[in-house]
Amino acid sequence: MNEVTALIVDDSSVMRKIVERALRQAGLDPLVVHEAGNGAEGLDLLKAKRVDLILSDINMPSMDGLEFLRQIQAQNLAPGTPVVMITTESSEEHVKQAIQAGARGYIRKPFTAEQVKERVLPLLVAA
Amino acid sequence: MQLNGVRTDGASKGIDQGVQGLERAMTFSLRDSVHLVSDPANLDASVDEVFRLMLGVSCARQTRPLPSAAPDRESVTAVVGFGGHLSGACVFRCSAQAAMSIAGHMTGMEFHEIDDTVKDGMGEICNMLAGAWKGKVPDLAAKCGLSVPAVITGRDYNLHVQSPEFQLHHSYSFENASFDVTIVCDSLQ
Repeated sequence: MNEVTALIVDDSSVMRKIVERALRQAGLDPLVVHEAGNGAEGLDLLKAKRVDLILSDINMPSMDGLEFLRQIQAQNLAPGTPVVMITTESSEEHVKQAIQAGARGYIRKPFTAEQVKERVLPLLVAA
Repeated sequence: MQLNGVRTDGASKGIDQGVQGLERAMTFSLRDSVHLVSDPANLDASVDEVFRLMLGVSCARQTRPLPSAAPDRESVTAVVGFGGHLSGACVFRCSAQAAMSIAGHMTGMEFHEIDDTVKDGMGEICNMLAGAWKGKVPDLAAKCGLSVPAVITGRDYNLHVQSPEFQLHHSYSFENASFDVTIVCDSLQ
């Protein structure tokens, strides 16, 4: 697979590392990762870097994941780049809100590397 | 117990009559399913799910709770608040040694002190436990929000909760590490 650049947005540095490890286990190699601790930091990174994939938490301080998604659309940042939410919030309502805001995939924490592979790889192939 | 930053996601503003009716129906539904909300098996299943998937370990339920925090023993407590139709908190508590072991399993790193990464890991474990637990009851998953985690470290401290509606308090162990998980429900609408 060609080099993939991913943006991982989560207020937990441990979770960002776990997601990165899961992406590598899914076969994304070589992989370049940019990290952000909340949506606002994620937007700043998207203005400066090109990415192939965005994975974002929902519950974050400053700017949560749903607002981050809405701002990506409103500012037309990273057009066509798939966004996958990785979050503890698993209700249908949260999934619906995320899809409406532009998410292409949804992974519930806790997760396995296999689940990340199943949800992420098809999006990269399609893109 | 009240925590800052609890997301309610509730329709508390500008609710029209139709939504009020739906709210009443949801309220009745959640109150009606209190036996599901307070089912101890849901907590055990949540702990198993989080530790098996994120740490690759199996936990055993312990009958004896962890000893209280003492002046000579550092411990870590992570708290995630519930807001919305259920208000309360999920509290995760363990010794410093257990916290370093858990963070080590999560990250693949080795820890010798309770640094920011260990605290972050404990907050995330508590966050996933709270999310997994509320996800076991569909009405609760939709109508109850989570706060961002707060983590307390130190020696000789106590956490007080005033007369909760119900409380689940279980102890678990894996390898040489033990921990407690407490679900406190202050009110259930």
